[in-house]
Amino acid sequence: MQNFPLPDARGRFGRFGGRYVPETLIPALEELSAAYQDAKNDPAFMAEFEQTLREFVGRPSLLYYAKNLTERLGGAKIYLKREDLNHTGAHKINNTIGQVMLAKRMGKKRIIAETGAGQHGVATATACALFGLECIVYQGEEDVRRQALNVFRMKLLGAEVRPVSSGTRTLKDATNEAIRDWVTNVRSTFYVLGSVVGPHPYPAMVRDFQSVIGEETKTQLLELEGRINPDAIVACVGGGSNAIGIFAPYAYLENRPRLIGVEAAGHGVESGLHAASVAGGKVGVLHGSLMYLLYDENGQIVPAHSVSAGLDYPGIGPEHSYYAANGVAEYVPITDREALDGFKLLSECEGIIPALETAHAIAYLKTLAPELGKDKIIVVNLSGRGDKDVQEAMRVMTDMENAAKA
Amino acid sequence: MNRIETAFATAAAQSRAAFIGYLPAGFPSLEGFTRDALTILEFADALEIGLPYSDPLGDGPTIQKAGEKALENGMTVLGTFAAAKALRAKSDKALFVMTYYNPILATGEAEFVAGAVAAGVDGLILPDLPPDEADTLIPIATAAGLKLTFLLAPTSTQDRIDLVTASSTGFVYAVSVTGVTGARVGIPEEVPLMVQNIKASTSKPVAVGFGVSNFETAQAVARVADGVVVGSALVTAAQRGEGLRELCTEILAGCAK
Repeated sequence: MQNFPLPDARGRFGRFGGRYVPETLIPALEELSAAYQDAKNDPAFMAEFEQTLREFVGRPSLLYYAKNLTERLGGAKIYLKREDLNHTGAHKINNTIGQVMLAKRMGKKRIIAETGAGQHGVATATACALFGLECIVYQGEEDVRRQALNVFRMKLLGAEVRPVSSGTRTLKDATNEAIRDWVTNVRSTFYVLGSVVGPHPYPAMVRDFQSVIGEETKTQLLELEGRINPDAIVACVGGGSNAIGIFAPYAYLENRPRLIGVEAAGHGVESGLHAASVAGGKVGVLHGSLMYLLYDENGQIVPAHSVSAGLDYPGIGPEHSYYAANGVAEYVPITDREALDGFKLLSECEGIIPALETAHAIAYLKTLAPELGKDKIIVVNLSGRGDKDVQEAMRVMTDMENAAKA
Repeated sequence: MNRIETAFATAAAQSRAAFIGYLPAGFPSLEGFTRDALTILEFADALEIGLPYSDPLGDGPTIQKAGEKALENGMTVLGTFAAAKALRAKSDKALFVMTYYNPILATGEAEFVAGAVAAGVDGLILPDLPPDEADTLIPIATAAGLKLTFLLAPTSTQDRIDLVTASSTGFVYAVSVTGVTGARVGIPEEVPLMVQNIKASTSKPVAVGFGVSNFETAQAVARVADGVVVGSALVTAAQRGEGLRELCTEILAGCAK
């Protein structure tokens, strides 16, 4: 695992990041930072982490040339980084293996996590089953309804799922409730955060565990194309963990490819019903970190909206905020409707059903591939598979068809 | 002597801990807040006016629900300042605004501080802003004469106690438990030792909050601390629309040393 130049000692990426949390958690975050540094520098810990990724998760994930999609779009050559083929079906497991191993090393026996779509909840429950730790997952009531299959999977894996009925009953409120649990049970409990958000050291730690995606891409692209850099890397962004996993190993290079984060624009950024924190947000503080955020003139957080529960979050992590503010990466909006088209496109043309989150990144290829042209290479992070979404996608697509008829 | 110093000095002169109440602006209704806050101020030495926030991660269910209600009632940053101003017109007691950092960031630190001072507010209490992250707010508040109270917790190490006591300018707020706000059965046994450790590091007043809801819990805190903070219990009484005066009488009696 490489050492990245940011964050600084205060947990800042430029002005973004930090530790905006109740005092109760500050000593716990200091303890976590120290324990993480120690583990990162321990070859035995890193060897076990890498072995688990190899033998349990099934890494390295394939870098797959999407020939049909490339031909269909008639432009740049498209490669898919197949995180959907990981055990549990998404990139989330890379991080939960790392954090649960760290929890065990710190002697914490009780694990808590927040989840939106349920992918991080399933990945945490899976890691807890593997390492024999108690697991409690907070999930908004609205998401419990939307993602019934994942709720059952978490329970099957031995986790307790606690529905959250406060606020908007989605990921933001599940995160609030997980933080409240942690404040209360801080001495016994390890909080496994699922995205590159939250107080320092979470954004850095989650990035590090996910950076295996980008590191593998470099090696694989070198074998396939004789070069490390593609011309562009595309990934969907909610909090931003899959995107940072593939961006970060490239972001600090002198000659980096274009890095393009695709935000969920819901019904359109101008409609107010979206989750595009860079396109439609301002600098603010939520869940312990300074970042781009959706809020009103009184500082009240505006509920995010996206067809995909995993992107339905009103902020974007501090490292992405830094990339956006400093031109390291570009962030573009894709609407619900465009994402559903991307969902169909990849399914029909490549025989791969992507997660609705990932479908946002696929949708942007329609613009990007022709624009870049035939001699160029794009890598898309195919962050998760779409099995969990078929029911919700069917419902939304039917609604849209009916609305179009009427 | 400023109003915060007066609050603690008055209580000390009467051989008791200061009684600091809490009520969110706009709760239980826009007019109901002023009425209930003035009732509390008949007994209390100071009042924390909650500026409701959509994501209060330091608060338990009682204050979460009260905040949601206050937001439904249309409460805003300017509305909170107006509510403070209305109290200031009728009371000389210390007034704090308690909220989270994002409403301040949204308003602009300088503008927020100016608005608070103009409304007659004496200090700010921000549970998600430790002194480490307050390097821009501290000089602005200091220049305006607005006090900043930072919090300590049972998990705080000596380094944290030193930093927080040095940074706090109104009083030091010790949280009695690892947890969120809300009424509890008792005050943890570790509280006296925690307060003793804090007082060994500072001569500033130390008030204890979280879980104080009646005579017994107020007594447990008053024996060791300079101030007793009561929030959720007052919110519950205000919500019920009865018993607020009786509860304040009971808490004030519990503040006796």
